[in-house]
Amino acid sequence: MNLLSVSNLNVNFHLKGQDLAALIDVSFTLNRGERVAIVGESGAGKSVLGFSIVNLIDKPGYIKSGSIKLDNKEITKMTRPQLQEVRGKRIAMIFQDPMMTLNPVLTIGAQLVEAIRSHTRISFKDAKNIAIEKLHSVQIASPEKRFHQYPHELSGGMRQRVIIATVLLLNPDIIIADEPTTALDVTIQAEIIQLLLDICRNNSMALLLISHDLGVVSRIAERTIVMYAGRVVEEGPTLEIINDPQHPYTQGLLNALPQMALPGQRLNQIVGSMPPLNERPTGCAFHPRCPYATDQCRQQQPGFINSGVSTVACFMVEDMLTDTNSDYDEEID
Amino acid sequence: MRYFKKDIITPAQSSRWSHIWAGFIGDKLATLALAIFVFYCLVAIFAPLLAPYNINNPNFMDLENAEIAPFWISGDSRFLLGTDAQGRDMLSVILYGTRLSLTIGVCAVLIQTALGICIGLISGYLGGRTDNFLMRCADIQLSLSTMMVAIVFLAIFQAMFGMAMYQQLAMLMLILVIGLAEWPLFARTIRASVLAEKQKEYVDAARIMGISPKRIMFKHILPNTLTPVLVIFTVQISNAIVAEAALSFLGLGMPANDPSLGALISVGFSYMFSGSWWICVIPSVTLIILILVMNMLGDGLRDHLNPKTYKD
Amino acid sequence: MFVFLLRRLVQAFVVMIIISVISFAIQNKLGDPVLQHVSMTVAPAERAQIRQDLGLNDNLVVQYWRFAKKAIHGDLGTSYYYKEPVLDVIFKKLPATFELAFCAIVMVAFIAIPCGILAAIKPKNIISRLVVALSTMGISIPIFIVAIFLVYIFSIQLHLAPSFGRGQTTDVFGLWESGLFSKDGLRHLMLPSISLAFALMPIFVRLIRAEMIEVLQSDYIRFAWSKGLNTRRIYFIHALKNTMLPVITVGGIQAGTLVAYTILTESIFQWPGMGFLFMDAVSRVDTPLISAYLIVVGGIFVVTNTVVDLIYGLVNPTVKLANHGL
Repeated sequence: MNLLSVSNLNVNFHLKGQDLAALIDVSFTLNRGERVAIVGESGAGKSVLGFSIVNLIDKPGYIKSGSIKLDNKEITKMTRPQLQEVRGKRIAMIFQDPMMTLNPVLTIGAQLVEAIRSHTRISFKDAKNIAIEKLHSVQIASPEKRFHQYPHELSGGMRQRVIIATVLLLNPDIIIADEPTTALDVTIQAEIIQLLLDICRNNSMALLLISHDLGVVSRIAERTIVMYAGRVVEEGPTLEIINDPQHPYTQGLLNALPQMALPGQRLNQIVGSMPPLNERPTGCAFHPRCPYATDQCRQQQPGFINSGVSTVACFMVEDMLTDTNSDYDEEID
Repeated sequence: MRYFKKDIITPAQSSRWSHIWAGFIGDKLATLALAIFVFYCLVAIFAPLLAPYNINNPNFMDLENAEIAPFWISGDSRFLLGTDAQGRDMLSVILYGTRLSLTIGVCAVLIQTALGICIGLISGYLGGRTDNFLMRCADIQLSLSTMMVAIVFLAIFQAMFGMAMYQQLAMLMLILVIGLAEWPLFARTIRASVLAEKQKEYVDAARIMGISPKRIMFKHILPNTLTPVLVIFTVQISNAIVAEAALSFLGLGMPANDPSLGALISVGFSYMFSGSWWICVIPSVTLIILILVMNMLGDGLRDHLNPKTYKD
Repeated sequence: MFVFLLRRLVQAFVVMIIISVISFAIQNKLGDPVLQHVSMTVAPAERAQIRQDLGLNDNLVVQYWRFAKKAIHGDLGTSYYYKEPVLDVIFKKLPATFELAFCAIVMVAFIAIPCGILAAIKPKNIISRLVVALSTMGISIPIFIVAIFLVYIFSIQLHLAPSFGRGQTTDVFGLWESGLFSKDGLRHLMLPSISLAFALMPIFVRLIRAEMIEVLQSDYIRFAWSKGLNTRRIYFIHALKNTMLPVITVGGIQAGTLVAYTILTESIFQWPGMGFLFMDAVSRVDTPLISAYLIVVGGIFVVTNTVVDLIYGLVNPTVKLANHGL
């Protein structure tokens, strides 16, 4: 039984009289203790997906159809009090920019304690003890002192630790981390990644990591979902996807990594950029940038097939599979 | 939402104005406001031709015709909007009053703009101590409030030169006071835009090519800061007109024999108690509509000039 | 804290010096002080003697020094019209203005804050649509027109409230003539304070709404939602405090506008306060009174701005008061 299962999720944005699709038929599952990454360029809909899971999309956006089930309970149909129960206690979130995530006018302590006290009836003193213990567990020095400080008195890396501590307070089943290290220095990035990994392993929490950094993803996630223009294009075990990417977009992403280029050579960028919401092309949305695009790609949306490595939505892969299969068949004959 | 803003395409500079214009015309409220504003401007320009009576004619005041109600009440078709206590035709007086109010408003804002742009450019471009000093001045000026400065200044002026002299110079004084008192808004906006533009590469490029700072400011930076100025310009005209009206209402502005809308309302106020409400109400409504239209125009411009804002 | 107060004190000192120079210039240059002492018929020789006695032939700096020394001792001259020390005249009118401004501020605080918040958190609600529409209209209606219509409706048509004067006042500890403790006084206070509040209300409603909307879109509010906090805590603890920061700053800036508007309101309602007194003094060319008014208002200004900055520093932890000049 899956802990979280998202199926056929459609999220739209209502803008200037237009109804624009940000997420189209997104489906995936997350098991207890599993670490899954969602990868794609900015604008692919990764963050929207993260926010829709806890029903926190901003105003012009709304969930059009589809279901999000947590332990078989439908999140999209929950009332506000029920959602409050889920948020923080079952599913917690870590945001991109630690400088913006903590409320500047409240002390660290107040922001920690309120999270506990809004879910469990507990005295301030007990809550404070738990908070300090959690601050300690994310390797913050002198937590008693930090407890009374304001966010602006802490460095970026320190703040991200505080945020992780906040998330840990209630022992959630799932952590959704939306680019948790993008805004940090490279050295601190590595520490935070290690911290996240340790925490998930030790408490058997599931992690949904939203990232565009394949290096980070390969260190943490067991499974990877690649998104492009609001759709899932490829899904499979991280190792396999990185070693043998099937979808041309995934290949492009991997080729664009600095490690893949020889010194002095240009990076192998994917030509063009992600189309904005109101200019999504017909057929496979990736076809204008795809080196293998055919007429079929321009007109039809490919379905998912299992390539043996991953589940992928691409006509080229489909054709190759049928070709090899028929070759194989011929040989048997 | 963060995710979406990135995806909004910024159109190229040349097509941008036509794009904005198309959006603006598509906005019914803004178009209506623009139409009414144009109407007001035309009325103000052609007031001498449109007014049924010549207000400078000595026969214009005729106490025999005093306090006649508007045409739809009194049935007197000579005076469409009635007459005031001195027997002046309200319609003519209001037409001239609108002309005066708009003239003072526009001239005052032109002074503000010129002053604000110069100070803002200097402040933003030079930076450092000059910037610090000028912005401190702007802060103090803002915290003193235009109305307060104008009231004190005009009151002292009136006390110093006496009523007769003051009435002759009233219009000039109003334009100067309102014009000089509100420069910080423009200066701050320009400065902020200059600081933002200065970061961009084309300014560096221009400087490396050996173009003088003055030329960079006026040829390269200024055109890019004009959008916010246009928005403030519209809103400031409405503020200037309100300020003028308030000062005239206090008796520190235009005199009763050469009235702006504010002075008309001020005179009319005492007749509210005697039942001749139209002397006060009609100029009030004229003024309110004018200000409302200017504010709506400003809001409309803000919505369409700034590509980042969208309505939900 | 100490540094902040010291800086503030220095600043206040500079501002007061500037204001006193202006006041001195007014007293010195406006009207002929000699004519206030004797009539036109007095012989020129005698007038010259009076000039000498009044010290009007001295060097300007000496004259200013004398003026400043007297001012520090609370002597800003004698009103030509009231024949009383000007400070006494002004302080007699101070309570009226104070009560008017106080009532207006209370009204603005208790109406603008809830309305602004409501309009931000429930934009589709009928009441918040009404609030937004009214505040857009309100910003376009000058205060004196609001006052005129209030007078017309409540005073002339409905006879609910008087349109001028302060009505019955009670003496509080012999220090303060208050209109807040009698029914008549409150009835007189009604229309002027509503007009004054009306003038400030739309600015604050719009500001609070805009700030609240912006704050609610910020990452830290989203993070607060994701922690599963309840709605009330998010709106009133997390969002409101951040919303109020710019509101406090603007509140300080609006203090000047408030003073200007009291002059307008008092003139319309013939409210016997400082603003009304000032306009009277202007029309009578009562120069000592004009200059004293400027000094008193300047003083009030400096105090308000300091208090506003102090409050801002207390609410906003990222501001260290010592670094926060004007």
